[in-house]
Amino acid sequence: MSIQKPKTIFEKIWDNHVVKKAEGYPDALFIDRHFIHEVTSPQAFDGLRKRGIQVFSTSRTSATADHNVPTKDQHLPIKEAMSRHQVETLRKNCAEFGVELYDLGHPYQGIVHIIGPELGLTLPGMTIVCGDSHTSTHGAFGNIAFGIGTSEVEQVLATQCILQYKPKTMKIEINGTLSKGVVSKDIILYVISKISASGATGYFVEYAGDTIRNLSMEARMTICNMSIEMGARGGLIAPDEITFNYIKGRKFAPQGELFDKKVAEWKKLATDEGAVYDQVLTINAEDIGPMITYGTNPGMGMRVSDRIPTIEELKEISERTSFKKSLDYMGLEPGSQLLGKAVDYVFIGSCTNARIEDLRLVAGIVKGKKKAAGVEVWVVPGSKQVEVQAKAEGLDKIFEAAGFELRSPGCSACLGMNEDKVPVGKYCISTSNRNFEGRQGPKSRTFLASPLSAAAAAITGRVTDVRELV
Amino acid sequence: MLIACQKTINEQLITKQEMKDKFITLKSTAVPLSVENIDTDQIIPARFLKATTREGFGDNLFRDWRYDSSNNPIKEFVLNQSKYSGKILVGGKNFGCGSSREHAAWAIYDYGFRVVISSFFADIFKNNALNNGLLPLVVSDKFLKGLFETIVVNPQTEVIVDLENQKVSADGITEGFEINKYKKTCMINGYDDIDYLLSLNSEIRAFDLVHS
Ligand code: SF4
Repeated sequence: MSIQKPKTIFEKIWDNHVVKKAEGYPDALFIDRHFIHEVTSPQAFDGLRKRGIQVFSTSRTSATADHNVPTKDQHLPIKEAMSRHQVETLRKNCAEFGVELYDLGHPYQGIVHIIGPELGLTLPGMTIVCGDSHTSTHGAFGNIAFGIGTSEVEQVLATQCILQYKPKTMKIEINGTLSKGVVSKDIILYVISKISASGATGYFVEYAGDTIRNLSMEARMTICNMSIEMGARGGLIAPDEITFNYIKGRKFAPQGELFDKKVAEWKKLATDEGAVYDQVLTINAEDIGPMITYGTNPGMGMRVSDRIPTIEELKEISERTSFKKSLDYMGLEPGSQLLGKAVDYVFIGSCTNARIEDLRLVAGIVKGKKKAAGVEVWVVPGSKQVEVQAKAEGLDKIFEAAGFELRSPGCSACLGMNEDKVPVGKYCISTSNRNFEGRQGPKSRTFLASPLSAAAAAITGRVTDVRELV
Repeated sequence: MLIACQKTINEQLITKQEMKDKFITLKSTAVPLSVENIDTDQIIPARFLKATTREGFGDNLFRDWRYDSSNNPIKEFVLNQSKYSGKILVGGKNFGCGSSREHAAWAIYDYGFRVVISSFFADIFKNNALNNGLLPLVVSDKFLKGLFETIVVNPQTEVIVDLENQKVSADGITEGFEINKYKKTCMINGYDDIDYLLSLNSEIRAFDLVHS
């Protein structure tokens, strides 16, 4: 009997899904779950119509409207004509092809990467794709989840498969205890600041170590969510009891005996002893502080107590021009500190940090306090279910008393596509995932940070070390 | 074997409705955009993603770098400098990072580019480009630097991209480039992944039945 070569969790799931391996071709990979939204699907449905074919498996496909939706007065028709048209097109396509849609007003509507896990549609061991780069979020459950383009959305709708080359594997191991005021968003911002916005390109990341093991599912999702911001194809975490407890009883999750049977299978997914990764990175949790970005890509981050590097401190001379351009855009000086910098907007939301635990973290800090004068604060729940839960727990009252505006679910100010935009030149501290030029609106300036740090800034009106408040 | 499988693709091609341009060699002047980490939000900002067709995105390519807030062209930006033109865009390292929006590839193609040269591409962008007949061509840092300098000195420099022989040259500098064999075949013949996947339909159905 031959001894099986030890495999990583990634390799096990990948190998389980290869429909066809032909020499000279990428693997044809079967996709268990396909999420779609209004922005990246219309051209794909058109492709199906032109070819005269149906959706391969409607039961494996779920849709929602999130990017274009207003976060106020969601019961009214969408004001902006093109946004409205795109959402209506999704409606029409889902009806025509028989795809389940969680439309505006539906109790399950929300940001696509928030509702999948919430509804038990996202499970360990699966392959999951969506025409959206933050599909990596779902990897927190121990599956292969990655973002795809619209041509690939069409391929998956048509064939339930995608052609892919197997990426390399990277293990990022984080051990130790997090300090006060440091949460999972800080972990991932720290990792990206260390390996840069392109440092994991070509890799699929597995996060491991006791710091990760001790995180809740929601905190794990925040980490996997931002895997793409270092260029990784995706990021995953092996499932454990915390995962199984989260899934148990969710709407579309396996129930009863089937659930127990599945758990037994999921337990076998973890990486085998002795399996080899193409790269390993080890991080000490004690080194991580509350983080903030100062530039225009998520790799340009630092501990909030640090100062921005000077031009001379950059390792690569070739980076200097882009670095300078970035700081000019942000209106910041190389070598300066961000602590104390005034902010105009605070955005608490997005698929990175708009789950109930994030809202609880924020409420915990602001309870009994008021926002600083002149600061606009938006709290945008990631889904209808999060909104309902927040209200049931009375968080809405805390936000209201603090002068925060609790809105309805959607991508909101994470991307300047819907009505929620940060105005020209204004500074926004944001719990989202991208600080690209104009991401939150033309000429807007973004500081990425954790929900705790964003809440602290809302109260002081400035970039603040949250450790002063907790 | 590639050759044997190619036959399946060719048979599928008959049913293919829309053919992409075939790509073998290209000789053209190039536009130098020497910025690193150009993300897809810059290539096409989110507010222009509302169309439900693939056409017309070229007008808003690099919108916020190309026009100021009153919609006047920003003179310094390369696309607004008449001395630069051509079907080749040369970009800095980590081109196309960020959002998976295929609209970025559509916008570049729609504007008239057929090749993007850089020393490093983000994964999803690379796939999206290849799926749309836009060649993401990876060169060494050194070649890229040389290319930028050459084009700036002489904007009339012709860059020759020879996909068949996997070579790129400009003004006496030449470099070989890597491209996956399968993707090369697709580019040269103007077909994409879906043709191949559709040919696997019965195997996929069979897999779906036993896969839980
Ligand atoms: S919240 Fe932001 S990052 Fe997440 S899916 Fe929406 S637009 Fe994309």
